[in-house]
Amino acid sequence: MKILIVGGGMGGTILANNLARRLQGEVKAGKARITMLSASDRHMYQPGLLYVAVGSMAPDELYRDQRSLLEPCINFHVDPVTEFMLDANQVKTQSGRVFDYDVLVIATGSRMAPETIPGLAENAETFYTEETAVKMLKTLREFKGGKVVITVGVPHKCPMAPLEITFMLNDYFKDRGIRDKVQLHYTYPIGRVHSLENVAKWAAPEFERLGITYETFFNMKEVDGATKTLKSEEGSEVKYDLLIAIPAHRGQEVVEKSGLGQNGWIPTNRTSLNMEGRNNVFVLGDTTNIPISKAGSTAHFEAETLGDNIAALVKLGIPVREYDGKVFCFIEAGKDRATYAMFDYNTPPDPKAPSKALHWFKLAYNKLYWTSARGLL
Amino acid sequence: MTEKRVIDARGSFCPGPLMELIAGLKMMQVGEEAEVLSTDKGSANDIPEWVKKVGHAHIGTNEESGVWHVTVRKMK
Repeated sequence: MKILIVGGGMGGTILANNLARRLQGEVKAGKARITMLSASDRHMYQPGLLYVAVGSMAPDELYRDQRSLLEPCINFHVDPVTEFMLDANQVKTQSGRVFDYDVLVIATGSRMAPETIPGLAENAETFYTEETAVKMLKTLREFKGGKVVITVGVPHKCPMAPLEITFMLNDYFKDRGIRDKVQLHYTYPIGRVHSLENVAKWAAPEFERLGITYETFFNMKEVDGATKTLKSEEGSEVKYDLLIAIPAHRGQEVVEKSGLGQNGWIPTNRTSLNMEGRNNVFVLGDTTNIPISKAGSTAHFEAETLGDNIAALVKLGIPVREYDGKVFCFIEAGKDRATYAMFDYNTPPDPKAPSKALHWFKLAYNKLYWTSARGLL
Repeated sequence: MTEKRVIDARGSFCPGPLMELIAGLKMMQVGEEAEVLSTDKGSANDIPEWVKKVGHAHIGTNEESGVWHVTVRKMK
């Protein structure tokens, strides 16, 4: 059986390693073959970008050589897919090669799309790529005081990022001794400060305690760089001296071009993770249209489910379990305290009071991640 | 009659039904309708509240076996 994994991010890498271990015998006997196609020979620990933006991690700490993370029996090619040809069970790649498959897993992730809001890319700082996180750090270093506005697009990767960057900026300016010269103003698209009700119930009083102002029901419409004004779909306006954006995200262009899903999101069954209408195609991580968080932990838990199921398809001809919607997100509550939210399709999260111990665990996880990617943790 | 787009946000705690609607509306044409399925009874209030604030139209809400069906028309 030819298993083709497209995408070398967290989900694709965990799945490939997981399958390589489960199917060791089948691979050796030539009954299974695992191939990964990726756009890069490097693997980035994306949550680390948050720390790069405030100067507490260096960009080179975020990368490992992708090949070094993969089990030796995985056929790895840096050759991004340019076309999915699902009716023929094939994909075409940038080099012009065509790869056949029996089972296809699409784990191509998402990308920020600031260009969808007029004026945003030119006037806001962001931290979703190495380049923009470093640029944001440089801007923060030069910032002397004024109104900092944090704004949030929908949908976006990492649902905790808006809160985390706000709490981390509070400590960043405090450490620089200019917190009294900075007004932090947070905006959020729905009627509370976070999508998770229990997280919002914890975060709003924290904002008030720290002197962070906020405005809810605020969906960005456009940015006027000349007057430094952010306008919302709801009709309100806010002035800023420094604008920090969590832009709306989209799936990859190749997904949309191949007609697999609007805006690059592929219609996916929420428990089997099959692409709708395709029994031999699975979707993993941000690329799905499942109504859960676009987060590394989502991809991780989905990859574990798919690892069990695809291995079982090879060995038994049937899948063995369903994905239950499990997500686990750390929440940095500043530079030295953190909490977490864990939930699934049936169980809401119940975040506890932030602690230093959880922050240290998060810092440890920033290193342990590489064990996760290898499929060991 | 315009075909309704179904946004199945049952069991969605994060990003949640309203965020799913906001994302879904970006992929729709003006005049098109979306029916949000939600297992959060709060959707019966917060979706119409946002829809009114932003200038879309709330067509109706009904509940069937613990699932709220909130229908919205994109107006701009």
